[in-house]
Amino acid sequence: MKKRILALIILILGVGVAFFVFKSEPKLNPNFENQSSFFKHHPFRLGLDLSGGSHLIYKADVSAIKAGEVSGSMNALRDVIERRVNLFGVSEPVVQVQEGGFVSGGEKKLIVDLPGITDVEKATEMIGQTPLLEFKIERPKDQPITIKPDKSGKIDIGAINLEQQYVSTDLTGRYLKKATLEFDQNTREPKVGLQFDDTGTKLFAQITKDNVGKIVAIFLDGAPISTPVVREEIPDGQAVISGNFIPTEAKQLVGRLNSGALPVPITLLSRQTIGAILGDNAVHAGVKAAIIGFLIIALFLILWYRLPGLIAVIALCIYISIILALFKLLPVTLTAAGIAGFIISLGIAVDANILIFERVKEEMRSGRTVLDAVSTGFSRAWFSIRDSNTSSIITAIILFWFGTSLIKGFALTLGMGVLVSMLSAITITRIFLSAISFVVESKLTRFLFSSGLSK
Amino acid sequence: MFIIKNKKIFIGISIVLIIFSIVSISIFRLKVGIDFKGGALTEVVYKDARPDQAELNSALGALNFGSILLQPTGDMGYIVKSRDLNEAEHGLLLKTLSQDGKNILEEKSFNSIGPSVGRELTKKAIIAIILVSLAIILFIAYAFRKVSKPVSSWRYGLIAVVSLLHDVTIPIGLFAILSHYYGAELDTLFVVAALTILGLSVSDTIVIFDRIRENLRNRVETSFPKTVGKSLEQSYVRSICTSLTVILVLLSLFFFGPVSTKYFALMLTAGMFFGTYSSIFLASPLLVLVEEWQKKK
Repeated sequence: MKKRILALIILILGVGVAFFVFKSEPKLNPNFENQSSFFKHHPFRLGLDLSGGSHLIYKADVSAIKAGEVSGSMNALRDVIERRVNLFGVSEPVVQVQEGGFVSGGEKKLIVDLPGITDVEKATEMIGQTPLLEFKIERPKDQPITIKPDKSGKIDIGAINLEQQYVSTDLTGRYLKKATLEFDQNTREPKVGLQFDDTGTKLFAQITKDNVGKIVAIFLDGAPISTPVVREEIPDGQAVISGNFIPTEAKQLVGRLNSGALPVPITLLSRQTIGAILGDNAVHAGVKAAIIGFLIIALFLILWYRLPGLIAVIALCIYISIILALFKLLPVTLTAAGIAGFIISLGIAVDANILIFERVKEEMRSGRTVLDAVSTGFSRAWFSIRDSNTSSIITAIILFWFGTSLIKGFALTLGMGVLVSMLSAITITRIFLSAISFVVESKLTRFLFSSGLSK
Repeated sequence: MFIIKNKKIFIGISIVLIIFSIVSISIFRLKVGIDFKGGALTEVVYKDARPDQAELNSALGALNFGSILLQPTGDMGYIVKSRDLNEAEHGLLLKTLSQDGKNILEEKSFNSIGPSVGRELTKKAIIAIILVSLAIILFIAYAFRKVSKPVSSWRYGLIAVVSLLHDVTIPIGLFAILSHYYGAELDTLFVVAALTILGLSVSDTIVIFDRIRENLRNRVETSFPKTVGKSLEQSYVRSICTSLTVILVLLSLFFFGPVSTKYFALMLTAGMFFGTYSSIFLASPLLVLVEEWQKKK
């Protein structure tokens, strides 16, 4: 009786998981818009080859950076590019640093994934541009401003006011860690917060110390974007530009400041763009293949293994629910290869069941009762199941380690599939089988537990 | 058991298949894709009418991008293979393909891989192949660590490795034919397929060998060939059934799945098929053959 309650609980849990998978998928759930945020936040995460988008690989030139600072600079580079990409309005971009390691001879790479962006010309332009952010101080009074009249004899007043009024310092966008949008606690006025890195902090402290009461101008690509007055020395590398900003203006400035600081020069090595239609087709084909694959296996299991086969199909359904829920919750980024891995795992998932059923059949032949055969079959098949899955898991782990994102997707779904299926095939099937094997020994039960063409 | 009685025929079939594969690999060669050698692949689809191939070819030739290969795809599209292109060159290519904007097209995909990325991927692939092979051999060594008579343990391992080579070589030979006639290219998925075959097919052989050793210990039959035959009888149904389920899903992936994984699915199907074949019709007969040779000495 206990066993039957357990089986019922598992069945309910399985339905619950399947319900979650169903509810959290916009294409399956017509009421998706009205669902709670928990469901909304867990759609499948599709890789670029399925959602359409661009995959860019940049080489970072770190030759000008000291050995100890390389990884710091690379992280700073990643942050800058990430902010630029976010500015571009890309949803869920992925920007990551790829360490050279011994395989690629220490070359540093930056990998940028832009889902949904196929107009890469614009995107690469935006990523690759290197606007120059400079901090300038007022020209000392004893240095004369040189004004040359142009050919017609006129004097350019603008040039006097802007460029000649200030002189450059060593502080540039290279040393800016990040800029943030802040609001004054009292007046609610928008402000722009600046944070320098270590070198920048020292430079900035020196500059502010020497220029109290004067203007430190911030130039972007040679044009002044802000000219705040220094009130006191700033030793902690934090500065606030307060002015009469309107929020959108301040936000724009933050964006421009952040995009100004590109700490490492980069060059585009390769790019991959997949059109949305192609991705869509791949998703449909993948889903179709998975459903057909599942139906064929289910048919085979029920026809060949009868009652245990039917239970294996239920276990397989629960397995599918669990693995799909895991894909959503972890989340796993699904690629075409990843879907292939999942589909193959459907086939592998029932392997354990087949090993068990064959063993059960053998035990029945050697004269055991159905009940006995089931329990002996399970325990004897375990070693075969473990052995036959070990090699797949080994391969999956190495492929995951070696992999580019494409291969990682495959290795992950396959590896997860094998692990989860070991659990589902063995535990779940066992609980269900022992829950129904209350039946008294009869010709019918023997028939139901036999397989293949036998009677 | 008829498999053991006719072992020379089955081993012969395997040998013929392997020779056939090696010949096909050496004649057709495996076309290396841009994943490994670098280059660019552009796929476009025309909205109204696909321009004449010869016409486009001469226009593309004027771009001086080196050798450019133009392949028709579907009813309205072309795949363009060239060296890796930067943004400006890519723009020029699209302009040329659209005949200066007169013929509206949609770029379905563009893939440009620099030579250094290709080299890195090649290195990684080679390391992965070595690592997986080593890991599998270690796994086999572990599985056969117990000494057993009359065939010593390392021979089981060696035969398992031989049948593994058989399982990988035949799909690669098949791929060489596909490569020649359908333009399939050796890419990362190809390497993944080959390595996955190693992982999937080794277990079958090990499970059957385990059964043989179990039956030897329990003295189920009187002679070694009979024991092997008995073990095969006990395990061939499950061997075929477990592979069959995987093959069924792979076939469904091949026929209905995404275009990008078609060759991948086909190669894995072949790998699974020959993997099962080899564990039943090659590995066990080889074991009996080795035992017979030992007796003669």
